[in-house]
Amino acid sequence: MIREDLRAAIIEEIGNIAPEADAAGAADDADLREALDLDSMDIFNLVVALSKRLGVDIPDADAGQLVTLRGAIDYLARLA
Amino acid sequence: MPSLGADMEAGTLVEWLKRPGDTVRRGDIVAVVETEKGAIEVEIFEDGEVLELLVAEGVKVPVGTPLARIAGGVETPSPDAVPVPTPLPEIGLAPASTAAPPPARPAEVPTPAGTRVSPAARRFAAERGIDLAAIHGSGPGGAVIRADVERTSGQGPEKRHAGIDLSQMRRAIAAAMARSKREIPHYYLSHSFDAVAAKEAVERFNADQPPENRLLLGALLVKATALALRDFPEFNGFFAPDGFLPSKAIHVGVAIAIRGGGLAAPAIHDTDGLPLAELMSRMRDLVARVRRGGFRSSEIADPTVTISSLGDRGVEALLPVIYPPQVAIFGFGSLHDRPWIVDGKIAPRQIMTVTLAGDHRVSDGHRGALLLRRIDQLLQDPQKL
Repeated sequence: MIREDLRAAIIEEIGNIAPEADAAGAADDADLREALDLDSMDIFNLVVALSKRLGVDIPDADAGQLVTLRGAIDYLARLA
Repeated sequence: MPSLGADMEAGTLVEWLKRPGDTVRRGDIVAVVETEKGAIEVEIFEDGEVLELLVAEGVKVPVGTPLARIAGGVETPSPDAVPVPTPLPEIGLAPASTAAPPPARPAEVPTPAGTRVSPAARRFAAERGIDLAAIHGSGPGGAVIRADVERTSGQGPEKRHAGIDLSQMRRAIAAAMARSKREIPHYYLSHSFDAVAAKEAVERFNADQPPENRLLLGALLVKATALALRDFPEFNGFFAPDGFLPSKAIHVGVAIAIRGGGLAAPAIHDTDGLPLAELMSRMRDLVARVRRGGFRSSEIADPTVTISSLGDRGVEALLPVIYPPQVAIFGFGSLHDRPWIVDGKIAPRQIMTVTLAGDHRVSDGHRGALLLRRIDQLLQDPQKL
């Protein structure tokens, strides 16, 4: 899966979790928790959604790498 | 129209999920009501058959107005009902999308066997020629409700805070908190504890679990508090005009922030008896429903105590305000790295601060302090939670 597809998938899943957050407008290096006001439950749900959608296992210890768009794309690109 | 809080005077019936002739059982969700706290699913408190719906969709009625007649039962769900089904003028409470029901039902849209569809959803779909079979239901038992059809049709209310009017919610919070500060003589206690054992227990558990089965530390905090409350009944219950009514059941209200402002604290029923995995999944479900405005009447009406947890991006401690008629509220701050004394030596540890606001008409600081220490003890031995 190419990076742009991953980006679109991540933004869509954030949109499902936090419809009122402007995920597409967040800077690549911004901490999504700060930029979009996501809490630990939202990040939890994002990990669940992405692992289901992409069919990959995301260990709990790696969840911290998914808190920026760039970090999430880099991480998922390595798995996919 | 059930009272869903001391300050509620009226509510708008948004959607009926049952129709005359349907059999209902205690606990079934029969209708959706729009209030200052958002859209709330109304449960029924008796078994029987729906004879007649007394209030049409889209109509706002005072608390106490009978909504329906149930065979063999009293008028329900308001036992002390006043028979005044006169519509009040709409004062910005009802969502704009709530149209009056059409006089005749349009042709039925066939649905696959086994799929339950609410009458309003069926009507909405029929009017627009939408195929119900393609819609994933989010209602009780997977039933397709009107909001699901609206989502599919793209004709529904905006996604943003569907069912929640934030300015109404702010007014409801203001009314409850002003009453609390006016009437409840609060006292406050604070206790910092080493949270490493609880945090490591979560990490160990999560290591070999698929994402959807994992836990958050917050679930342990709620469980430990609920268990501790078993031995401290003066912190769990309601303050009534005649005095304190302790509650045998421990229904913890979990404060959930809504992005953009506002919060709600619906109950997780019988919190102390739930295994952690079940508690976690209830918390996830509740957060999702609160943020899209779909909690149930009993969840809103009957928390016996409240917990507010700041999560991982907050500050060290919060000093919460009791939600009347409850008599206690707990606050958990965010984890912080701090120098701590472990076995006589200074060591870096992750520390959390738990606070308690108690009602001095019911309890005293001495017992409150013992309660906070009990929570700490329980979190030092997380395998037992």
